[in-house]
Amino acid sequence: GGMLAAGLLLLLLAAGPGWAGAEQARRDVLREELLLSPLPAGDLAATFQFRTRWDADLQQGEVSHYRLFPKALGRLVAALGVRELHLALTQGFWRTRVWGQPPLQAPAGAELWVWFQPTVTDVDKAWKELSNILSGIFCASLNFIDSTNTVTPTASFKPLGIANGTDHSLLRYAVLPREVVCTENLTPWKKLLPCGSKAGLAVLLKAERLFHSSYHSQAVHIRPICRDASCLAVSWELRQTLTVVFDSFSSGQGKKDWSLFRMFSRTLTDACPLASQSKVYVDISPKSKEEELLEVTPTPASVHEAIVQGDKRTYAVYDLLSPSLFNTSRSLNVQLKWKRPQDSSELPTPILHAQRYVSGYGLQTGEISTLIYNTHPYRAFPVILLETVPWYLRLYVHTLTIITKGKENKPSYIHYQPAQDRKRPHLLEMLIQLPANSVTKITIQFERALLKWTEYPPDPNHGFYVSSSVLSALVPSITAMKHVDMEQSPLFTSLFPSSDGSSYFVRLYTEPLLVNLPTPDFSMPYNVICLTCTVVAVCYGSFYNLLTRTFHVEEPSRGRLAKRLANIIRKFRGVPPL
Amino acid sequence: AAAALLLGCYGLALASGVQDQAEQFFRSGHTNNWAVLVCTSRFWFNYRHVANTLSVYRSVKRLGIPDSHIVLMLADDMACNPRNPKPATVFSHKNMELNVYGDDVEVDYRSYEVTVENFLRVLTGRIPPSTPRSKRLLSDDRSNILIYMTGHGGNGFLKFQDSEEITNVELADAFEQMWQKRRYNELLFIIDTCQGASMYERFYSPNIMALASSQVGEDSLSHQPDLGIGVHLMDRYTFYVLEFLEEIHPASQTNMNDLFQVCPKSLCVSTPGHRTDLFQRDPQNVLITDFFGSVRKVEITTETISLDSDLVGFESKLPKDELATEPLKYAEQLPVAQIIHQKPKQKDWHPPGGFILGLWALIIMVFFKTYGIKHMKHIF
Repeated sequence: GGMLAAGLLLLLLAAGPGWAGAEQARRDVLREELLLSPLPAGDLAATFQFRTRWDADLQQGEVSHYRLFPKALGRLVAALGVRELHLALTQGFWRTRVWGQPPLQAPAGAELWVWFQPTVTDVDKAWKELSNILSGIFCASLNFIDSTNTVTPTASFKPLGIANGTDHSLLRYAVLPREVVCTENLTPWKKLLPCGSKAGLAVLLKAERLFHSSYHSQAVHIRPICRDASCLAVSWELRQTLTVVFDSFSSGQGKKDWSLFRMFSRTLTDACPLASQSKVYVDISPKSKEEELLEVTPTPASVHEAIVQGDKRTYAVYDLLSPSLFNTSRSLNVQLKWKRPQDSSELPTPILHAQRYVSGYGLQTGEISTLIYNTHPYRAFPVILLETVPWYLRLYVHTLTIITKGKENKPSYIHYQPAQDRKRPHLLEMLIQLPANSVTKITIQFERALLKWTEYPPDPNHGFYVSSSVLSALVPSITAMKHVDMEQSPLFTSLFPSSDGSSYFVRLYTEPLLVNLPTPDFSMPYNVICLTCTVVAVCYGSFYNLLTRTFHVEEPSRGRLAKRLANIIRKFRGVPPL
Repeated sequence: AAAALLLGCYGLALASGVQDQAEQFFRSGHTNNWAVLVCTSRFWFNYRHVANTLSVYRSVKRLGIPDSHIVLMLADDMACNPRNPKPATVFSHKNMELNVYGDDVEVDYRSYEVTVENFLRVLTGRIPPSTPRSKRLLSDDRSNILIYMTGHGGNGFLKFQDSEEITNVELADAFEQMWQKRRYNELLFIIDTCQGASMYERFYSPNIMALASSQVGEDSLSHQPDLGIGVHLMDRYTFYVLEFLEEIHPASQTNMNDLFQVCPKSLCVSTPGHRTDLFQRDPQNVLITDFFGSVRKVEITTETISLDSDLVGFESKLPKDELATEPLKYAEQLPVAQIIHQKPKQKDWHPPGGFILGLWALIIMVFFKTYGIKHMKHIF
């Protein structure tokens, strides 16, 4: 039996590289997708997703042939023992209360969270190396990630891919709220795509239009997923997502009708030749029971209905790979027209949204307050709040109060790790039950520390950022959700693995805070040195002279000849003698 | 050079000139080009310094130096600054004619990373081992390096980000370290700051040519403001250098003497200076593309090289995928019960039990036995 198997294997290998090449060619698959969702108040959100699925195990064995999966990321995952990697670079803030639940939100700045394999012995060393390598790939200053802004959450950020047990000592999370996102971050992101920015949906990604927006977030997610329904083998998935929200006033010149050309200054001409699926979805869900709100041209070939975030939604679908799409015109320019103006009563409030602000006066103390709103009429649900506060804001945990509807709300789980000066930030994780239709207020007081004068950044009067808090919740859904098959359904429905249909998982971020620390006058060392040296020179110098110089009396000399003559002349003149 | 050779064939009188050119082509001695472009100023009103650096970056890229050989350091972000009315653009000319930021820019050192320490580490190569390749200056003894610096400066120093300075002595010592480690073949140093000539006064290593936008005691002035953006867009010296470089193409034969004549006092208001005494070749023979471009010498060979045929069999070995015995599953995102029972419940405080009380009673009795009962009244 063994001999036969070996013989068969030899035969297969000898069959030639042609067969093996075809096998390899089938192993990675690219799907690209664009989702256009009109938001209340006339803005438009566009979410690009490019997903490469590779049916190979990066951790086992030597992988040498990279086709669609970028080699830079593949080598990184294999060499550093990375299980999951999520990197997001964001500019702006997603206003949940006005825009609704985001499909995938990221905090302002740079966010990196990574799960390592259990085989990694020194997780901190691998984390530091990983952040340095990523800073080179994405031209971002991720090398500033060190122990002062890295935390290990104990309940949030569970792995999004296949996991065999969750040992949280293998997880690291860091946020750099001051990080700027610009074209130099977009360019390497685009270069990781198999078609680059030359074909397919990526031709719309022009930096000048993308950064003239209210919110721009680009992310890279790598995770292991089930290869098929039986889930006996592991495939690796790379998702590159880009979400941008165009403001109707600044980019749209005040008009509420949108088109691809107005948003991106380009139209779609073809699909990426390497993609197996390339689709554009437009959200045309009717907000009320009456007539439709939105008109989409050209007429979509098909309409897709899905339950997304607990709500039944309708999407118009344009398939770029179908030959009938480009029959009439060579380019696809999707246009959206509002049939009637929106009523303010139609604006839906999201079930969960949060707000955070800092209060207090002066430069010594302050208070951080977080407000969490549960607008569901009758269902309560739990939420995990993760707060990371830098060490120079010294939190006083005894002042932590959680108040819901006037009464104290004791969290079911608290994990607090106090900060160590210059070594570790504060970490506060709480599992709080939110009653139906309530507002929960969490407050904690802090004291501002005085930094050493070399620790201030070059622009200290700008302030110091406190990164966003993270809220992870299982929100009850209005309509029961069916289990989604990852391969058949659109990409925007399969971001988070769904467990049961009664609730959906959502991760929200609050605003980052900007806090002023007491800033010294940096010219003072120079002033002090000058003043001290002057005082020392004058006082000590005088004393030194008095003590070390000897004084002797000098007898006036008896007078020489010249002096005698001068004195005679002076006597004649009547002037006193010398 | 090939075109020049062809033209020379038609003019017998030019035969000696062609001979000279061919000799000089092989005399420059460098095989690769690097560029280190530094903008040291922070804040929105120093837009022009970022525009200066990006214009040189643009010219250098256009003339052939790839991103992997350019170390670009920008101390602040102007393109995506909230005050920029046209995001993702940096203009060099008013009326927004030329966007020097472009669509394909790679900034190696951003924002707070531009410090004197990082700059000197890049130059001397003494970089921590975890630094990615794009942030390193991997030059060798056959590299021609262009170093361009701009910002605010004074007599003998250049200000980095409003918080620290680099002095001309430090810079000269860094170049000497580079020379001793054989990290450059020839070096061109251009500086566009006030009193820029003071920065090259102290150089003492060979093969360095330096240009500055103003002499000691003079200020370098900015060119023109744009009323739409609200700041001055470029400095005069770099503006005219950019105009000059736009005429250069990879095969041009313009030499350094033309670069020395760019921006006379009538246009620049300050007097640009240069220093060539440490340079071994005559500036007349130094091409602009020796530093700003990346001209490679290619040798064409006619012999055939056969590739290793064993490589073909290597690819066909597929790693066998291990199948799990039971289906794998995804982790639960919010397992409430598991989280709550993660930490042992904190028990409430109880008064100390019998053992502790007995122990304390023993300690107190021993104390009073040793020191006498009369101390008891002091305790109670």
